[in-house]
Amino acid sequence: MAVVALKDNYIGEVADRVENFHGNQVVYFNWEKHLMFCAATAFPLPPDMPFGAVLEQILPTYYGMHPDFAKIDWSKVTWTVDGKAFTPDPAKSLKDHGVRHKSLIRFTTPGLDGIDGTCS
Amino acid sequence: MTRNVSITLQNTEDARPIIEAIEADNPAAVVVQYPAMVKIDVPDRIVVKRDSVTERLGRDFDLQEIHLSLISLNGYIDEDDDEFVLSWR
Amino acid sequence: MAKKLGLKQKYQMMTRGLGWDTTYQSMDKVYPFDKFEGIKVHDWDAWEDPFRLTMDSYWKLQAEKERKLYAVIDSFAQNNGHLGISDPRYLNAVKLFIQGVSPLEYMAHRHFAHVARNIRGIGPAVAAQMQSLDELRHAQTQIHTISHYNKFFDGIHEWRHMHDRVWYLSVPKSFFDDAVTAGPFEFLTAISFSFEYLLTNLLFVPFMSGAAYNGDLATVTFGFSAQSDESRHMTLGLEVIKFLLEQDEANVPIIQRWLDKWFWRGYRLLTLVAMMMDYLLPKKIMSWQEAWEMYYEEAGGALFQDLARYGIKEPMSAAVARKEKNRLSSEAWAIFYQYTHAAAFHTWDIDEEHKAWLAEKYPETFDKLYRPRLDFWEKEAAAGRRFYNNALPQLCTVCQIPMGFTEPDDPTTICFRESEYKGEHYHFCSDGCKGIFDNEPEKYVQSWLPVHQIFQGNCGGASVEDVLKWYRMNLGADNLDFSGSPEDKFWSEWHRTASRAEAAE
Repeated sequence: MAVVALKDNYIGEVADRVENFHGNQVVYFNWEKHLMFCAATAFPLPPDMPFGAVLEQILPTYYGMHPDFAKIDWSKVTWTVDGKAFTPDPAKSLKDHGVRHKSLIRFTTPGLDGIDGTCS
Repeated sequence: MTRNVSITLQNTEDARPIIEAIEADNPAAVVVQYPAMVKIDVPDRIVVKRDSVTERLGRDFDLQEIHLSLISLNGYIDEDDDEFVLSWR
Repeated sequence: MAKKLGLKQKYQMMTRGLGWDTTYQSMDKVYPFDKFEGIKVHDWDAWEDPFRLTMDSYWKLQAEKERKLYAVIDSFAQNNGHLGISDPRYLNAVKLFIQGVSPLEYMAHRHFAHVARNIRGIGPAVAAQMQSLDELRHAQTQIHTISHYNKFFDGIHEWRHMHDRVWYLSVPKSFFDDAVTAGPFEFLTAISFSFEYLLTNLLFVPFMSGAAYNGDLATVTFGFSAQSDESRHMTLGLEVIKFLLEQDEANVPIIQRWLDKWFWRGYRLLTLVAMMMDYLLPKKIMSWQEAWEMYYEEAGGALFQDLARYGIKEPMSAAVARKEKNRLSSEAWAIFYQYTHAAAFHTWDIDEEHKAWLAEKYPETFDKLYRPRLDFWEKEAAAGRRFYNNALPQLCTVCQIPMGFTEPDDPTTICFRESEYKGEHYHFCSDGCKGIFDNEPEKYVQSWLPVHQIFQGNCGGASVEDVLKWYRMNLGADNLDFSGSPEDKFWSEWHRTASRAEAAE
């Protein structure tokens, strides 16, 4: 039973269908071991946006104030989307990387473990 | 196994005779003061006796007046005209 | 003259004596809501009422409580009681209370009236009716009391409007909406048992004791006046559980599932209280961890030992709550510190004395994990770069809190859980929240998640400013850091004047 309800076969309306986002899809980003950013961040992004825009605009704008950010060696960063490892290609779109509506992208920066190494 | 039952009362003039009666009638009571309140823990059972409160208050005490001072409790309640009891049954 | 009735006889006549079975309509038609959840009740007369309170005594006692309370409120206002608080930072706990909790009191009033009408046992119906009146009283007295602060402080003026819209208030709102859209027995298990019995002490007791310690006479008084009703509510909760467990074995697994769910929902809601106790109160009573140990682990532990004879186990996620107790408040503070530009209360940098207290209370976690980032934020603020997170956070689909909780066994990694349902992704902060979704996905696919609603264009516009205006926040007064806020200025100015006046004497 998908819900306990007075009415048989009650179906709920899905509040976050992709059609409600005006052509965008929601994408989440999380920088591992940097809990100064309290949670993963959420953005409404066009599926055709090139991954380069993530690297050049989104991440520097929203994570750039962290002292580790300038030290990132981007060639060593490891990435997953919804648990699957991938290597970003700046020219290819989010969609090409397997990013769907409400996908979670996690990135790990080896050797960088936050403020004083405390994962903040 | 012994488990505590517990009652928390306001730290007020109205509650003072109730707290004193509990201490007198429950020798195992552990009374802890916090800002504005008093928490009393007793193993297994707490009894509040109408007569004991009446004696300290200097007038007839109706046990339901305890509602005016009560903050919290833990355990099962049994209440009649003469005693208000908390216990694990 | 007839002999005065004893308490038990009087109770019998004035509650049980008021019930009857309908004849010209079937009972099932008159009470259409009390069977669809699968709960079986064979004998409503087996209901026992521990507090033998009848309506006539109820009115008398409540009138006395009101008289006492309003005398205090009057004298508090007349004597400018707001100037006696320990520190204006304290009031941020009060803001959170009126925005987040008082609207729930009103919802509880409405829904206990509904439950009183819709369950066919007269004993619990009378208890639910009294509770409905209590809850209305709580909402009213809280509004009256806190309205005095509204004359002098920010963030209190639009609490009702904000409750239905602001991102962090969707946490308490969705909690209660979940309960009132369930059947009557789940509601009673959720609110009367899980919240009132297991967890309410953690909300009211530290909050009110904290108010007393911080010189807030008005809040102490409404708080304890309300809390004096809570004992009755707790007792109703305990009695409901015991009664349902005794009525039919088939009820046991249903109740267990509700306990697992509502323990976790209530606990997640109390994240806000954990932050209040450890971070918002200038003078502290006890730490969240101490309160959790005293009111949940000890008191709840005794209770679950007792319920074991019915086959009831401690809620599934209690072990996770135990692991989180030394980090919950710091994780919550991180969320509100960095999003305080979008909140109708203030946060601030933590001073050394406060850090020392946190280090003493949380020896395994504070220095190792949290002090360095508080120090860093302080340095940044001093350099004119106070840290605000300008991206919106990912929210949990069930509790709706930004997903800032960490893995139960690794406080350095965010806990991500997800489910796929009918081709859509859903994200959760914990196994507890995921389990709730997986049991009833058709309910939670409807979650009104503030971040997603902003993206959909349903919250006043695309910029943060548009959204905050839609929340009816006074920008620059209600939000941002306490330091430099209008109430910070008002308070220092008043103290300067007061000490000048003293010096002149």
